[in-house]
Amino acid sequence: MLTEKEFDFMGYRKIAGVASIVLIIVSIISLAVNSLEFGLDFTSGTSVRLSYSESVVVEEVNQTLRDNGYEDAVVVTFGSDREIRVLLPVDENIEVGDQAAQAVIVGESIAELLQNSSGSQITLLGSDYVSAKVGGELVESGGIGMLVALAIIMVYIAMRFQFKFSVGAVVALAHDLIITLGIFSLFRIEFNLNTLAALLAIIGYSLNDTIVVSDRIRENFRRMRKGTPIEMVNTSLNQTLSRTLITSLTTLLVLFSILLIGGESTQGFAVALIIGVVIGTYSSIYIASNVILYMNVTREDLMLPVKEGSELDDIP
Amino acid sequence: MLNKYPAWKNILILLVVIWGFMYSLPNLYPDDPALQISHELTELSQGDLPTIMSALEAAEVQFFGEEVDSQSILIRLNNLDDQLRAKTAIEEALGDSYIVALNLAPTTPGWLQAIGAGKMNLGLDLQGGVHFLMEVDMDAALTRRMEDNLSNVRTILREQRIRSRGLNLISNSHIEVRFADTDDRSQARSELVDVFPELQFQNREAQGVFILDMRMTPATALQIQNDTLQANRTTLLNRVDTLGVSEPTVQQQGSDRIVVELPGMQDPAQAIRILQRIATLEFHLEAELGASSLSYETYEYEGIPVNVDNDVILQGDRVSNAVYSLDQNSQPQVLLSLDAQGGNQMNRATRDNVNRRMDVLLIETKSRTITTVNEDGEEVEEIEFYEDKELITHATILQPLGRQFSITGLTPREASDLAPLIRSGSLAAPMTIVEQSVIGPSMGQENLDQGLLGVQVAAGLVVIFMLFYYRAFGMAANAALIMNILMIVAVMSSIIPATLTLPGIVGIVLTVGMAVDANVLIFTRIREELGNGAPPQQAIDAGYNRAFTTILDANLTTFLVAAVLYTIGTGPVRGFAITLMIGIITSMFTAIVGTRAIVNLIYGGKSVKTLSIGNFRKKAKAA
Repeated sequence: MLTEKEFDFMGYRKIAGVASIVLIIVSIISLAVNSLEFGLDFTSGTSVRLSYSESVVVEEVNQTLRDNGYEDAVVVTFGSDREIRVLLPVDENIEVGDQAAQAVIVGESIAELLQNSSGSQITLLGSDYVSAKVGGELVESGGIGMLVALAIIMVYIAMRFQFKFSVGAVVALAHDLIITLGIFSLFRIEFNLNTLAALLAIIGYSLNDTIVVSDRIRENFRRMRKGTPIEMVNTSLNQTLSRTLITSLTTLLVLFSILLIGGESTQGFAVALIIGVVIGTYSSIYIASNVILYMNVTREDLMLPVKEGSELDDIP
Repeated sequence: MLNKYPAWKNILILLVVIWGFMYSLPNLYPDDPALQISHELTELSQGDLPTIMSALEAAEVQFFGEEVDSQSILIRLNNLDDQLRAKTAIEEALGDSYIVALNLAPTTPGWLQAIGAGKMNLGLDLQGGVHFLMEVDMDAALTRRMEDNLSNVRTILREQRIRSRGLNLISNSHIEVRFADTDDRSQARSELVDVFPELQFQNREAQGVFILDMRMTPATALQIQNDTLQANRTTLLNRVDTLGVSEPTVQQQGSDRIVVELPGMQDPAQAIRILQRIATLEFHLEAELGASSLSYETYEYEGIPVNVDNDVILQGDRVSNAVYSLDQNSQPQVLLSLDAQGGNQMNRATRDNVNRRMDVLLIETKSRTITTVNEDGEEVEEIEFYEDKELITHATILQPLGRQFSITGLTPREASDLAPLIRSGSLAAPMTIVEQSVIGPSMGQENLDQGLLGVQVAAGLVVIFMLFYYRAFGMAANAALIMNILMIVAVMSSIIPATLTLPGIVGIVLTVGMAVDANVLIFTRIREELGNGAPPQQAIDAGYNRAFTTILDANLTTFLVAAVLYTIGTGPVRGFAITLMIGIITSMFTAIVGTRAIVNLIYGGKSVKTLSIGNFRKKAKAA
């Protein structure tokens, strides 16, 4: 069945399996040790955004703030080298209802402080109060959301395909999510609400890829008379390869344009998705099919109960 | 294999395209910066507009398109700078009791408005504005309801001349009534059981006392919480209306929270002043002379101490309307209307108490954050609610009151302040702001511009790639892609009034990337068929048919995920999920039906030797 031009994907399946397991273990260890670099969305505080007329040196701003009693301030540039964001923990002695007012006051005093010690013209772009309580709830609901989504996907795939494919798809999904989170924790990339949304999008993307491959495997198992499961999976992967690569390419085109143009607020999203798409593409080739083969998928698993052997049995 | 669509199908597709175009069109008309002026408490007067106009002329601010109704005045301005200058000028001219809100006025042409086409709502992150998360104190709602019940039970027992040995509110869901013997108890029970269908009754004996327990069922408690939340939401909506914000959002979140978003609003202090008027009314009788000091609390009224009986005759949520007017002696008064149950309660309470004084308490709930230490020795922040009670009326009951009565003895100022405060809805339960943030308009504009630029560049790159890689078929896919974006915008502008947020834009961008996936699937399939030696017309048909199942499976699973995210998620997750869902549906239509129509128009119904679909590998026909 294997023609010259077919690439023997499954020949490397053991290596890929080991690589994936290593990546997952590294990710889990990193998550356990480093945890995630939670953004202000998940920790309570005040975020002050400032714009400078000339490029700004973060270390100097940091030093100025430290010297003036803001020891816990975190300064990051965003968008360009002329804009910075100062993150401050919230003053706990203040009534909840006044925290926005406090954010405004803190913003103004910081702008004034920095203006006095800088030759550059500083504009206060805005200051927000962010509450952690809400962020925590969102993580919770997001987490529950993922679990419910996973359960529904398993049921749907079991109905449309077969239970072994459900396991394959869900393992691939978990693989993608864990490794993406692992990379976030390893490289200390900020985890905020946009990144959370990106994780949810990765579910959709990774699933999309896995389903397309599974669909071809199902079709070939039903149509091809000869060949071992491994050979048939290989053929399926080769047949869908050009589609997999083109779709990943167009999606990456889109994501890189968001990363480079879309502004600071969508960068985290783009980075998370780029990582997710790369891993998702790999996992749709190696993880789902590997799991299916490992579970000893057979032609009988996918036989149609009635219309056996019909040529155009695409819609069961 | 003719590959021709019947005429009706082509017409249908054309109609959908026209629809998408028409309904996404309003988004091209930018809003005018505007100011909305209203009075905090009363309606606007005739002289307000001339005052405003002369103030603007004095400040040399150009304006146009003023619209006036009894509630508010809208003034359009040339740019955002003028808007701010005009705001200051008008505030100075009119004084503190007016609300001058920054606003955006639509410029959609009349014929588009006539067919119901409007703009997409932009989220706070794209437009700037104020965001509040408010928490309803459900405990207080339940306690209040049970206090209300307790006072009703007392009145009924008194009317029926059933002697009790005391009533107690054990918890916010439990009333205990004690009797000397079982006869009294069973008589009371039979009287009460019909009046309080939502309570569970139970007999109990303790130390020679016969007790009747009345408990609220969990289902009723849940119902009350739900009603309370809805009532508070309605009240907030009414209050937000007075702010004159163009597209306010007042949404339930979870079981006890309400999100208020005021796009375009830039002054959180002003918003809080209106929203935080978290006040309820309570109607009490003045305590009788010589009453036990346990049965009343003392308040100050115009410098004189007044003893107010603890029993609540009526809660403010029974008030359905309040109007300021003058009585026959030209004295100011507030005319109150109660709902049916409120009328009964008021009548029962007042008919035996003519010439006694009735006291109205204004209860404002405020909150403060306190730090306590939990079991693990960690410091935790908690929000503590506390009530600030003020006696606002101390007036004599002249006759038994029913559903309509008036509060007199007020100064004109008090009366004109009190009426709208009551009318704007006394909240069913206290609320506190647990989160708030302000997003500046320039920040919003920046987000929007960058987001849109991202979409444009992304779509441009994908279009070039598809054209290069799939030639004529790529062109069909590109047409479908543009149609798809138009349709998402049209759906979000008209059918599903979803608010476009930054994650929403990203959702659209992602659909752009993934929408071509369907076409990639179809086209690689057609190439494959051609590679296997199939004639062009048959290859097209087989390509579309075979790819359909795959596209359906892939899109349906993604849709399921998006639906779950929408149901469970909040805020940004929802914004993303909704655009993804809309995008999946529209992209299925455009990528499958839309491209097929174009391909059919190009190749259908004639003999074709080659297809312009890019390079493919010819291979020996596989087994």
